[in-house]
Amino acid sequence: MVKEKVRLLRGLQKVRTGIEGLDEITNGGLPKGRPTLVCGGAGSGKTLLGIEFLVRGATQFNEPGVFMSFEESAEELTKNVASLGFDLNRLIASKRLLVDYVHIERSEIEETGEYDLEGLFIRLGNAIDSIGAKRVVLDTIESLFAGLPNPSILRAELRRLFRWLKKKGMTAVITGERGDNALTRHGLEEYVSDCVILLDHRVANQISTRRLRVVKYRGSTHGTNEFPFLIDERGLAVMPITSLGLRHTVTNQRISTGIPRLDTMLGGKGYFRGSSILVSGTAGTGKTSVAAHFVDAACRRGERSIFFAFEESPSQVTRNMRSIGINLQQWVEKGLLRFCAERPTVYGLEAHLASMHKSIEQFKPKVVIVDPVTNLSSVASEADVKAMLIRLLDQMKFNQITALFTTLTAATGSLEQTEVGISSLADTWLLLRDIEIGGERNRGLYILKSRGMAHSNQIREFLLTDKGVDLIDVYVGPSGVLTGSARISQEAQERDVESIREQEIERKRLNVETKRKALEAQIASLRAQFQAEEQELKKLTEQEKMRQNGVSKLREKIAGMRKEDTNSERRKR
Amino acid sequence: MRRKAGGGPGKNAKPDTWELRLYVAGQTPKSLAAFANLKKICEEHLKGKYHIEVVDLLKNPQLASGDQILAIPTLVRKLPPPIKKIIGDLSNTLRVLVGLDVRPKT
Repeated sequence: MVKEKVRLLRGLQKVRTGIEGLDEITNGGLPKGRPTLVCGGAGSGKTLLGIEFLVRGATQFNEPGVFMSFEESAEELTKNVASLGFDLNRLIASKRLLVDYVHIERSEIEETGEYDLEGLFIRLGNAIDSIGAKRVVLDTIESLFAGLPNPSILRAELRRLFRWLKKKGMTAVITGERGDNALTRHGLEEYVSDCVILLDHRVANQISTRRLRVVKYRGSTHGTNEFPFLIDERGLAVMPITSLGLRHTVTNQRISTGIPRLDTMLGGKGYFRGSSILVSGTAGTGKTSVAAHFVDAACRRGERSIFFAFEESPSQVTRNMRSIGINLQQWVEKGLLRFCAERPTVYGLEAHLASMHKSIEQFKPKVVIVDPVTNLSSVASEADVKAMLIRLLDQMKFNQITALFTTLTAATGSLEQTEVGISSLADTWLLLRDIEIGGERNRGLYILKSRGMAHSNQIREFLLTDKGVDLIDVYVGPSGVLTGSARISQEAQERDVESIREQEIERKRLNVETKRKALEAQIASLRAQFQAEEQELKKLTEQEKMRQNGVSKLREKIAGMRKEDTNSERRKR
Repeated sequence: MRRKAGGGPGKNAKPDTWELRLYVAGQTPKSLAAFANLKKICEEHLKGKYHIEVVDLLKNPQLASGDQILAIPTLVRKLPPPIKKIIGDLSNTLRVLVGLDVRPKT
């Protein structure tokens, strides 16, 4: 990225300072072979910026440097920066750094006519030549105005000095004390106008924040915003919001939330890797538990996680999570999980950001939890917290780290409004809320949004059991959404209604059966009656036959007795 | 050491030797003027009691830091103590005398 910028701006060569973030703001560093003015109030970090510029130059870019100090002696300076991990003595011994302490005592000096600063030029020139310096820092050259009379001569000489430094091709940093209405007390910005960096140190709500701004940079584009920076044991670090921007690549890889039912709700697969997840809810809705599940799942996959706790101590979190069946301690012991617990008020937002930044860089986690992010707003304004989160998220998205933030919403405000307005930063937003029905509070979970996946629109009842979080369907029926014991009683009631209906049917069935049996009995009796009648008829018919048979026999008998000569057959012939 | 043996200088007593060092950078008009002015003043006020050493920083640049020299020309009064520095071309005689702590002859 930096290389590309330098190529684009071929007109101006730049020298990388090696100071974290500064090269990004300036698109590659300070103008090569030109002086840069660094101004700011007392204690704003000017000297440190200067010394780090030289130390980094000497150690990282093989560019020796001369530090001309007008305020502190070499010993004082060495001691002061030792706490930042800079070993000046070693650099001095290896001739990569030269510290020249220029001391002027006003009371010793009497001006008796025209003079010039050739002595300073010679000293500086000698120092530069003796170690082949490429970088020069003058800290703070304005103290010459206090030490030497006749400011008009001084001004002319300083102008000459900066021209001379340019001619020698020195990339110089000149520090200046901030003036009342001007950038510097003595108007150095008139002479050093290629690049001006302003350092600021502000205290708001009793918490101090350092800021850096590139006021001007001739012949180059640069970030014009105020960027927070901090001074820690590694030196100066500027945190540019725009350094990464929206250029991160995304994956389609999905990772489990640790709650099977929640995975199903999120299109069946869980969160996207590298996305940002916001879990918001009122107090006691189980935000930390959702976070703990996610951490647990990540550690189970063998991925590293960092848990930034701003409310509870690590042991408190692990104890509480054990009560819902999640053993986080085992992951801590295996080195997969790191807790970073701090009260938000211990230091300013920038320091928090930096320490989080550093932890992430060192531990290289795949999953980061911030619980809860809203607590940070106790040390800074919402806008600041949002800016900080953007920067943190940029870093994480760039490194494909999945981030889960929990935020506490006030019970009185709108639930769908997060306090720091970070909802737009979140890719997936889970809302946990209390549902108050029938004199009890139950937890409900919605997915408010989840970018890039088909997700459930259903509310789920959220139960904390000793085996972890359980999501169950809420009762949705004619009497509305019911949860908790209301849901259970409603279900029981429904079961009752059901069984009553079943009994009713059974009774009816029996009834019909009896009826059928009665009917059948009737049919049987009728049939029997019918059969009897039939029998009767048959008997009668038989009797009739027998009677007729008997009659004809009798007639034949009578005919025989009458000696009829013709039988009937013969008569017929 | 050029200081003569004898008691140290009293509060108002003038020491016997004035050791002066003039820092210049090359033969610039200012340097030349300063040297000429110094010579004149010394001859007038400290005749026989002074010693002038001229240091050309162009030749010996490393000497500049020893006496914390920034301005050129600078006249340093090494002796008598305390060290005094007088910068400029020494054209203002009165101020040179004040700076050197020499009472002008009346």
